[in-house]
Amino acid sequence: MPCESEGVAAAVRAAAAVVAEHRVELIDLDRAIGDGDHGENLNRGFAAVVAALDTGTPDTPGGVLKLVATTLISKVGGAAGPLYGTAFLRASAKLGAAADLDVPALLDALRAGLEGVQARGKAVGGDATMVDALIPAVAAAEKAAEDGGDVAAVLTAAADAADRGAESTVDLVPRKGRASYLGERAVGHLDPGARSSALLLRAFAEAAR
Amino acid sequence: MSVGIVLVSHSAKLAEGLAELAAQMAPDVTIVPAGGLSDGSIGTDYDEVVAATQRADSGAGVVLLYDLGSAQMTAELAVESLADPSAAIVADGPLVEGAIAAAVAAQAGRDRKAVAEAVAAAGLPEDLAPAEATDGGAEIELELRNEVGLHARPAAVLVRSLSEFDAEVTVRLGDQEADGHSVLALMSLGARQGDRIRVQARGPQASAALDKAKELVDGNFGE
Repeated sequence: MPCESEGVAAAVRAAAAVVAEHRVELIDLDRAIGDGDHGENLNRGFAAVVAALDTGTPDTPGGVLKLVATTLISKVGGAAGPLYGTAFLRASAKLGAAADLDVPALLDALRAGLEGVQARGKAVGGDATMVDALIPAVAAAEKAAEDGGDVAAVLTAAADAADRGAESTVDLVPRKGRASYLGERAVGHLDPGARSSALLLRAFAEAAR
Repeated sequence: MSVGIVLVSHSAKLAEGLAELAAQMAPDVTIVPAGGLSDGSIGTDYDEVVAATQRADSGAGVVLLYDLGSAQMTAELAVESLADPSAAIVADGPLVEGAIAAAVAAQAGRDRKAVAEAVAAAGLPEDLAPAEATDGGAEIELELRNEVGLHARPAAVLVRSLSEFDAEVTVRLGDQEADGHSVLALMSLGARQGDRIRVQARGPQASAALDKAKELVDGNFGE
């Protein structure tokens, strides 16, 4: 079943709730290998997104994602702002003015989001960043769509793969961001950006069911 | 009208302090600090960077410098959001040395591409190379009598003055040689009061450039 702008807005609100719930976990993950601001920054950003949605939901899925993008860019204050902001901005541009989000549009949006993160952060797979959650997520989404999955099935496949991808960062030496200054000493730690990417995809998948 | 400079930092204090330091070298350049979040905490504020970039542009464009990763991303996003993204450049280089180099280049009337290149060059050690044998060109020897020698302000005065001449200028102290168009290279010579420097110039206005250098050194750089 395709998803209209109200459905996308509900998924974004669900994601905001998940970020709030995992705020301390993300802070602790980031404190171990970075500057400890990821949970706080992301929570501030998504709280601002919810406040913006409270003043009115845009008419299209693309409009909702654009509101998410501009709010995160303005309010987050750390690397997650420009990275997630660019991801949602590129995804929203792909969706254009379409009234519904169907499976092909969802795949386009996911691919555009990943490309946005990579263009902004210059990270590749294996750098121990959110890209390590997003690359397998996009691949799994494509596979689920090929197998005839609906929006919920595609997002669930993406979330499952993102979880595994995020876990893989534990064994990696970070090559981007603040954690890269630690080098080998960061091995054994889960990347907070990869973890938050997986959390967001899981929240979207749960909301789509 | 000179290129404006925006300093993007996670810390308001860092950006403000650096703007103060760089302004000493470039009294006519607009240098706008954009550091920290609006509530005073650590982070980079996209809206503030956009506003700072607009404020710094007096028509010749803007060069933005950043401290760490996410400040770079915020600066790049801000530039992409401008009505004319080509009006601003996010420069790669060390923040402190780069800001000084950018301020001096902007003060000398260089365009934004040259100012951004000055930031990048500030991270390279090549400016301070071992002296090679002299091959042609004019050379004079001067004794530094001013109190601080070729320190920051005098070096900036010298670079600024020499930029008006069509001449390649190098300055030597002992067996070390520095580019006479780079404040940082001149400062790295560590020339102090009482040191004798040899100034060498090549090009159509070589002798005029040397006359100017002599005038500045003899006049203690206006101290």
